[in-house]
Amino acid sequence: MSDAMTTAPAFDTTKTLTEEATGRTGLARILLGRDAIMIYLVLAFILYASLTIPRFATPVTVGFLLLDVVPVLLIAMPMTLVIITGEIDLSVASIAGLTSALMGVLWADGLDIALVLIIGLLAGMLAGAFNGFLVAVVGLPSLAVTIGTLALFRGLALVVIGDNAVANFPPGLTTFFTSKLGATGIPTVMIGVVVVALFFGVLLHFTPFGRGLYALGFSKEAARFVGIKVARSKFWLYVGTGTISALAGIFWTLRYSSARSDNASGLELTVIAAVLLGGVSIFGGKGSIPGVLAGVMLIGTINFSLRLTRVSDVILIIVTGTLLIVSVVGPSIFGAIQQWRHDRRVRKALPTLP
Amino acid sequence: MQSLRPLARRGKATRRVTSVAAIAAALALLAACSSGGDSDETSGSGGGGGEDLTITFIPKQLNNPYTDVVLGGGEEGATAAGFADTQVVGPLEASASSQVSFINAETQAGTNVIVIAANDPDAVGPALEEARTAGAKIVAFDSDTNPKYRDVFISQVVAKEVALIQTKLISEQIGGAGEIAILSATANATNQNEWIKFMEEDLAANYPDITLVAKVYGDDDDTKSFQEAQGLLQAYPNLKGIISPTTVGIAAAGRYLSTSEYKGKVALTGLGLPNEMRPFVKDGTVTAFALWDPAQLGYVAAFAGKALADGTITGAEGDTFEAGDLGERTVGPDGIVIVGPPTVFTADNIDEYDF
Repeated sequence: MSDAMTTAPAFDTTKTLTEEATGRTGLARILLGRDAIMIYLVLAFILYASLTIPRFATPVTVGFLLLDVVPVLLIAMPMTLVIITGEIDLSVASIAGLTSALMGVLWADGLDIALVLIIGLLAGMLAGAFNGFLVAVVGLPSLAVTIGTLALFRGLALVVIGDNAVANFPPGLTTFFTSKLGATGIPTVMIGVVVVALFFGVLLHFTPFGRGLYALGFSKEAARFVGIKVARSKFWLYVGTGTISALAGIFWTLRYSSARSDNASGLELTVIAAVLLGGVSIFGGKGSIPGVLAGVMLIGTINFSLRLTRVSDVILIIVTGTLLIVSVVGPSIFGAIQQWRHDRRVRKALPTLP
Repeated sequence: MQSLRPLARRGKATRRVTSVAAIAAALALLAACSSGGDSDETSGSGGGGGEDLTITFIPKQLNNPYTDVVLGGGEEGATAAGFADTQVVGPLEASASSQVSFINAETQAGTNVIVIAANDPDAVGPALEEARTAGAKIVAFDSDTNPKYRDVFISQVVAKEVALIQTKLISEQIGGAGEIAILSATANATNQNEWIKFMEEDLAANYPDITLVAKVYGDDDDTKSFQEAQGLLQAYPNLKGIISPTTVGIAAAGRYLSTSEYKGKVALTGLGLPNEMRPFVKDGTVTAFALWDPAQLGYVAAFAGKALADGTITGAEGDTFEAGDLGERTVGPDGIVIVGPPTVFTADNIDEYDF
């Protein structure tokens, strides 16, 4: 590249501009983008499963499947924003566990259920703010901070509730959390999930704050120069993941009507896997909410259909892992090959080199 | 420079196509897996109703040596009892809510009998209720669910007997006095906590010179149990004995003790599998430990499931059913069926058992 620059001193910049416009625009860009491809894949898989797996194409599937993916769907939304800024939050599942433990203890102590839910949410918000403070204000690497709080919050959950499990939540509330919208089979809680997804989707794609996150992910320095408040943005993102994790914890507790310290353990990896599969770059600066939604649904549907055909969980994690590796490494490898072929073509195209 | 741009752009497009191809390839691999499972599933379950009864075992987790023996007995029992199709599904991690999606899948499959060892007595409740509404009979085994969610519970032995035999063994081995600790499975396991409760009561009432200094949890994970055993001996230098009422815990603790300076000095007992514990009994790390024959548990559970599905029993107290070679079993209070008394294994008799 640099050789090309030095041997071609006379630049025709106008020409470059006209060629810039040859990229896909409008409808084609949306219909052929990576997000769209992920969505096609999900639809293709659902179609395949409906045709080949007995009992898959029933309203029951919709209910069970969606209820299974709700916590992942919820946490994946703010997680997408965090990863786009080039950071990570590994403590999400522990925050959900802590919320669950707190809910159990407070409810067992006889607090009003509304108050229990509010305190649970606030606890998640605080936990997120603690992460945010360490990452954004103190400036520590998020990987280290959240590995620490992953253990810390889970430990606190154990301190709060110990080896007990609280199960006697109000039956009205627990049945609400597993109830379906009429005959559609869609769980009622999906309304809340849609609201959360819309909120983060609009925040990321249609607000200056959200667009700034991409800039932040590409280059922190550059983002600061163009006037993006780096520390403040990051702080609020962690408050966001904390709050939504608490929401997922509340859902988890009431769906399984069991508050205990080990609820949602290991969920952070499922969430991150789904987010990466959904096309978000782990290095930051790339990704979208629709893509992530498709990623979550793809992993969820695959898990569900494998379980329905009673394929062992061993195979299931191998498949999920393979899928993730292929989706992350695949494009990089082909990118490298393209680069190599491109370089070779460039070398051939420049016979005037001394 | 300008002449290079289109080349780069074309590269990007090809890259996108190839990445799609890659994901599609992964999906194809997946399709192969799922259709494989599919074919042997359809060959098994015919209609679901009438004579073709189906049974599915959902253990606490897969790939646990103890569970494998229970399930072995269960599959044998299911065939003997006349089930047309037997399945074993379950999570890899023994966490509270991991079993729910498996129960849901069985509900959808229209399985007639679900045999489950609950990781949490309540978390599986709503899913089991849904399964029952769809017509399934629920047999809990090994670790009970909340009684309102199941028809019968197949218990190894009376929980109290299991606890008392372990306190008796440890007392014999440490000379009736000193500090002991308990290395358990997960902090929420129903059966573990029940035994520990009885052990604590028994120690307080009958062994005043024995102090229980710690209860630690190895989560039925080999490495974690090993580390917890190691930690116990560092934290309590005067420790004279460890009770581990879980097969994973006792094997891990045995492995640690046998290679440490504490071998033969710190007593170890609890519930273990003869095949896993044989080397530690032979090398003097462990003198005696207890267990029932786990295969019988699965065996009786399968027959109880058959009796429920046939309608010969309802799970009410006083109901009786034939459990194949093991003879008649009676449903006790709270729908509990007892399999039999525990066995004590020592260097003298361990070679007679193979599980």
